Amino acid sequence: MRERRADVVVVGAGPAGIAAAVRAAERGRRVLVLDDNADAGGQIWRAERKRAKPVSEAAPWFAHLASSVGVELVCGARVVDRAGDGLLVELRGNVERVCFERLILATGARERFLPFPGWTLPNVVGAGGLQAMVKGGLPIEGKRVVVAGSGPLLLAVAAYLRRRGAHIAFIAEQTHWSRLVGFAARVARSGARLRQALALGGTLAGVPFLANAWPVAAEGTSALEGVVLQTPRGRRRLACDYLACGFGLLPNLEVAMLLGCAVRDGAVAVDERQRTTIDGVFAAGEATGIGGLELSLVEGEIAGYVAAGCEREAQRLYAQRAQARGFARALAHAFELRDELRELAEAQTIVCRCEDVTYERLARHSTWRSAKLHTRCGMGACQGRICGGAAEFLFGWRNEATRPPVFPIRIAALTAPYEDMS
Amino acid sequence: MPERIALTVNGQRVNVPAGSTVLAALTLAGASACRRSVTGQPRGALCGMGVCFECRVTIDGVAHRRSCQILCEQGMEVRTDA
Repeated sequence: MRERRADVVVVGAGPAGIAAAVRAAERGRRVLVLDDNADAGGQIWRAERKRAKPVSEAAPWFAHLASSVGVELVCGARVVDRAGDGLLVELRGNVERVCFERLILATGARERFLPFPGWTLPNVVGAGGLQAMVKGGLPIEGKRVVVAGSGPLLLAVAAYLRRRGAHIAFIAEQTHWSRLVGFAARVARSGARLRQALALGGTLAGVPFLANAWPVAAEGTSALEGVVLQTPRGRRRLACDYLACGFGLLPNLEVAMLLGCAVRDGAVAVDERQRTTIDGVFAAGEATGIGGLELSLVEGEIAGYVAAGCEREAQRLYAQRAQARGFARALAHAFELRDELRELAEAQTIVCRCEDVTYERLARHSTWRSAKLHTRCGMGACQGRICGGAAEFLFGWRNEATRPPVFPIRIAALTAPYEDMS
Repeated sequence: MPERIALTVNGQRVNVPAGSTVLAALTLAGASACRRSVTGQPRGALCGMGVCFECRVTIDGVAHRRSCQILCEQGMEVRTDA
């Protein structure tokens, strides 16, 4: 089996991972960055690196990354298991062992999806998901899109899609107006955030937007044809080609859990130096709790410095991190999911899409483990990554364990390294 | 001129710009569903970031490949299971 070795290995090449790699390399460490995607940037900076003019926050970090001596970036690489005190990584159908002195987990987040009747129809997609698909070449010009769910991501996605020629038929934000107003007041206190918000507002001028509104059903036969929204003025039916919906973000915990790092409140637990509970393993960015770009960058920088043994540089960033965490708390409060959303799934609504397990079958159980054992919920290809977030919100269950391989892998790839031994 | 890539989706020829995902090619070929679920329902891509596995298709004879994560290559043969 091929083996790679570096002083610092970073898992995830989004903002936190890039910042960590840049800072550790700047202090003379040999750094290896692994990412599952086709290129660096994570979800937020997806497809930005190869653009002539990447978005303004990304440009300096991509430049730092390109000019860093001693950083190797490997894309298309997925961590599937541990291998001794290293990681087992799948890369283009082969497995390799990756060894490190220090490991920084910057595994980012995914969208939370909530089940409602019809949500399994083709063309009901994630909000960030649709943006990612369009960046990958999915044609969106002239398509009617309803954006629904919760969080500032909805507006960013709607603005992006509109610039690419989509017709944004409606934006439905589940939270209360009063909370939105409070959040807007906070955004207005930061010049940079206010400028971003105003730019978004400009792009979205004329698009219908409502708070206290959410999807209750997606309709169609073989694919989506329309959506029913609950609004303060009653139910409203809209025809559309895509329903882009996301109910906030969830940290990706699988690799951290595989290594035995403690998880607290659904995020990787870290101390002030971004160290996890496992010696030599750090975590930064959305994996440690949803906080947005600024927090991810500063946490990544701190993790990179500390992993390289430069405590003093890290400490200078603590105040900046504390400020960003304050914003993260405001974000969580403003877009907290309302109780009515727990009522969206009907008895026959599928919750686990891999194994087609309905709400009714899950509701008979009192724990995630019991539901898994009896219904196969969370045991399909996604390994509970989608239904786990829904089950947590609907039933209060939490997945406390993960089991390797943390991503499906071909048996041939997994056994190849051992064939010589037989 | 950006490079174009020619591939087939369920036997139908599709041309896409270089850098497009297999999912984009499926959509251009008019296939909204990628697979059938265990109870036979049509399913299409959901998460767009390689997590949900709903976008699985067969590429060059290899099943269960995530079409949202894989870039198109010249001559690829893609089959949906829908």
